[in-house]
Amino acid sequence: MDQLQKSMLEKIADIHGIPEGAYNIRSDGQSIGRNTTANIDIVTKTDKPGIDIIIKPGTKNESVHIPVILSESGLKDMVYNDFYIGEGADVVIVAGCGISNCGAGDSEHDGIHTFYVEKNAKVKYIEKHYGEGDGTGERILNPTTIVHIKDGGYMEMETTQIKGVDSTIRDTEADLDDGATLVIKEKIMTHGTQTAETNFVVQLNGKDSSANVISRSVAKGESSQVFNSKICGNNQCYGHTECDAILMDNGRVNAVPSLDANNLDASLIHEAAIGKIAGDQLIKLMTLGLTEQQAEEEIINGFMK
Amino acid sequence: MLELQNVSYQVTEGATEKGILKNINLKIDEDFVAITGPNGGGKSTLAKMIAGIIKPTEGRIFFNGEDITDLSITERAQKGISFAFQQPVRFKGLTVKDLITLAKGTKISVAEACSYLSEVGLCAKDYIDREVNASLSGGELKRIEIAMIMARGTQLSLFDEPEAGIDLWSFNNLIKVFEGMREKINGSILIISHQERILNIADKIIVLAGGEVTAQGTKDEVLPKLLASSEACSTLMNKLA
Repeated sequence: MDQLQKSMLEKIADIHGIPEGAYNIRSDGQSIGRNTTANIDIVTKTDKPGIDIIIKPGTKNESVHIPVILSESGLKDMVYNDFYIGEGADVVIVAGCGISNCGAGDSEHDGIHTFYVEKNAKVKYIEKHYGEGDGTGERILNPTTIVHIKDGGYMEMETTQIKGVDSTIRDTEADLDDGATLVIKEKIMTHGTQTAETNFVVQLNGKDSSANVISRSVAKGESSQVFNSKICGNNQCYGHTECDAILMDNGRVNAVPSLDANNLDASLIHEAAIGKIAGDQLIKLMTLGLTEQQAEEEIINGFMK
Repeated sequence: MLELQNVSYQVTEGATEKGILKNINLKIDEDFVAITGPNGGGKSTLAKMIAGIIKPTEGRIFFNGEDITDLSITERAQKGISFAFQQPVRFKGLTVKDLITLAKGTKISVAEACSYLSEVGLCAKDYIDREVNASLSGGELKRIEIAMIMARGTQLSLFDEPEAGIDLWSFNNLIKVFEGMREKINGSILIISHQERILNIADKIIVLAGGEVTAQGTKDEVLPKLLASSEACSTLMNKLA
């Protein structure tokens, strides 16, 4: 790996050197490193670009890293990754994509990830997106995540767009069976003229299934964001969706939380709060000796932590 | 340490000017000073003015002999003035430890951050990693606010009605906290309060009513006059009756 690749891996996946456990590192459309374990297999797809990650039932305390790096300006990379989380497994999956674009062409990565979470399996999925480079070409990331969770399964998604991504459309669809749980924590920061759109659709099909979709975002400069979240309660279930956004400069956020209750015992809640940093928050931190700018940074850093 | 010279604060209401503070002259050098008086008398305005949140329309404010009238909130804080809000502020994402660390101004260990929480009667391990958000009650926020002031340890600590919103059990602890602070803190504590027990531990009491200082002196000098006057707030009158 060269220095750029190492630096990007640190930013998007907290990888310092070669990660432990199973991993597949993709750079400019090619796999540049892979490791499997006794319990986790990674297989290259033969019909389309991408990989299958197969985690054996009962696998515990193991992790999989599957970061993607794009450093070639003008490259459009598309992958289909399928994750099979075996019954009763408990694993962490660290994904993430970093684009370094120093050229005039647009660089784009579109990942279509499908998760099959089997009965009573538990998975934590961490995904960071980051862009850098002084080229005029755009840095574009469009992830699609499809989640199927069987009875008693649990999935937690932590998705973070740190900075430098000019355009993103993030689509997530999920369906949950009896007693299944989905927790989504999304954090997005946009600046300049960037745009970000996130679309969540969660089908709570199973009895006592639950979903909690939480988005925190900051829109700076002239950037704009759209947050669409729809939770469908099709059984006795609990669903909560929340969007908190801070506006700075001329940033814009359009939040559209939506609830679709199709069962008498569905309990669904949505919340949305958008606004600038509260004046009393700034003043409080200034009374601790921080400048207004430092106070603003602390508030934003805390909000996006 | 702190001196206010001919300080006034006026606001415009329609076509008329209303005086919130009128020609205030004060010297505060004592360890523990309480400001009391009826609601709407200008006490919170005075505290905010000392902290730099609002500026006087007339007069000057001196801190350790330096004219700080035109200094910002940040500059005054850096010179050694702390201010505990009457209504503590909530922050989504910032934890109790984050705020105590910011108050201290340097990186501190979890153990040190916890020690400040323990001093204000909070079980540190239950609070240290909690977000300072709506999940905390008003009383809990008050105590965290006081812990932040203790962490700062500045020369002048201002408290705006620290007892407001605190239950009786917590209030008893609060008195102990202030008594302890008085011993430990290397500076002055200025508290706005209606509570007799707080006034009782003050070295000096200042009565502010109608935007004016109507009395100041030791507890023995001020409380009898206060009781005899119509300016005593109802809470205090009831307590002392």
